[in-house]
Amino acid sequence: MHVYVYVTLFFPLAAVPLARVATTRLHPRHATWLLSAAAVVLAATSCGALGLLTMAALVRMPLLARLGHWSSTVVDSGDSTSTAVALIAGVLFGAALLATARFVTARTRALIDAFSHARGLPGRDSLVVTPEQGADAYTIPGWPGRIVVSSGMLSALDQPGRQALLAHENAHLNQRHYIYTTAARLAAAANPLLRPLAGAVEYSVERWADEHAADAVGDRRQVATAVARAAIAAKHSPARLTPAVALGAVFSRNGGSLTDSGPVPRRVAALLGPVPRTSLIALAAALAFVVVAGGCALHAANELQDLLSLAHHAVDPN
Amino acid sequence: MAPLRKSRPAQTAGGVRRAHGALEAEVLTVLWDADEPLNPAQVRDRLSGSGAGASGLAYTTVVTILTRLFEKNVLSRKRDGRAFRYAPVTDEAGLAARRLAGLLDAEPDRRAVLSRFVEDLSDNDEQLLRALLRAREEPPASDTGQG
Repeated sequence: MHVYVYVTLFFPLAAVPLARVATTRLHPRHATWLLSAAAVVLAATSCGALGLLTMAALVRMPLLARLGHWSSTVVDSGDSTSTAVALIAGVLFGAALLATARFVTARTRALIDAFSHARGLPGRDSLVVTPEQGADAYTIPGWPGRIVVSSGMLSALDQPGRQALLAHENAHLNQRHYIYTTAARLAAAANPLLRPLAGAVEYSVERWADEHAADAVGDRRQVATAVARAAIAAKHSPARLTPAVALGAVFSRNGGSLTDSGPVPRRVAALLGPVPRTSLIALAAALAFVVVAGGCALHAANELQDLLSLAHHAVDPN
Repeated sequence: MAPLRKSRPAQTAGGVRRAHGALEAEVLTVLWDADEPLNPAQVRDRLSGSGAGASGLAYTTVVTILTRLFEKNVLSRKRDGRAFRYAPVTDEAGLAARRLAGLLDAEPDRRAVLSRFVEDLSDNDEQLLRALLRAREEPPASDTGQG
């Protein structure tokens, strides 16, 4: 095998800078689209490359060569993959398939649960207000999805704040943000190097919803205040159950400056700043990166295919 | 042409619907917090007592919202003199949502399908936010954090 298959394996290493560029230089909507697409493409190409390496070793086995009617001598001469490399690739490929299957099962079950609970909540409105005093608010994906807000959260916010909260959650519902986050998490399950992209997608959908709320309320500062107040109120309510695990994993939580802080202060700071604009250069560069990754993978696949058809002709000249 | 789009009003159809949603939520909160069924005047008084923006609500608006919530089976009502007194139907919504939250929170995978408005804060994040809020609310009041 030649250089392309190995090059393909290296693209996911750029996940951190890619996430950084997208979250800082693109509008959150574009960042969400780009990052989730990039995650899926990079997961597919890197796992595909592992698959190709595994296959390149398999086709050299004399038994398979006889079954498949190709010449193992020709394959041997045209392919330099060592057995050790192929073995490692095979193990990684198997692990990736297993992790993907595990993720799909768990996430499908979670989504089915969410959908059925969204349907089971009383009333026909999208909004469900619970009498709890603890401040909490979340969106449940469903058909239709629902927004659950506790009384404690409503009383922690002023009127524009409540409007911001509802607009934010409505954006999650209407734009089906769970599809992007699920796609990115799927990619990260297949290739753990892509976890920074999944974290960045989860952050970007929150920013997207914040920007939508800012449009609806007509005042970015009101939304910033609402997010900050809600977060402080939520921190001091006993009702919140478990600490966040997955979200914001890209951003380390210690240190004193904004760049080191968790997702909520970053969201607030972004809302206090200017309206985000997409830098066309950054967008083009990120897209080019994804396209090149895809191209390398396709090229590697073509190489193997060419080699196999050559070997096929060698064994059966008529 | 471009400047016309600049002042993007929230009063589009969607904006009005959202505003109504927010008002309904506020009315519901008032009724959840109350120990007894309330009539529209009491609801209006408590609304203006709690929220800054809702103070200018007309009596008829409150009646409309209450009626709509009643028609959606969210509120029950009984006649008291000339007006109705309204109360939340049951704790049904709360129970169902709590059950759901407990269930979904149990596993990271289930948690991940919920989009929370705000994620949990570290102590450090909280200090940052309080600083940002203080910077925003310019009068140097000492503690403005929680509503």
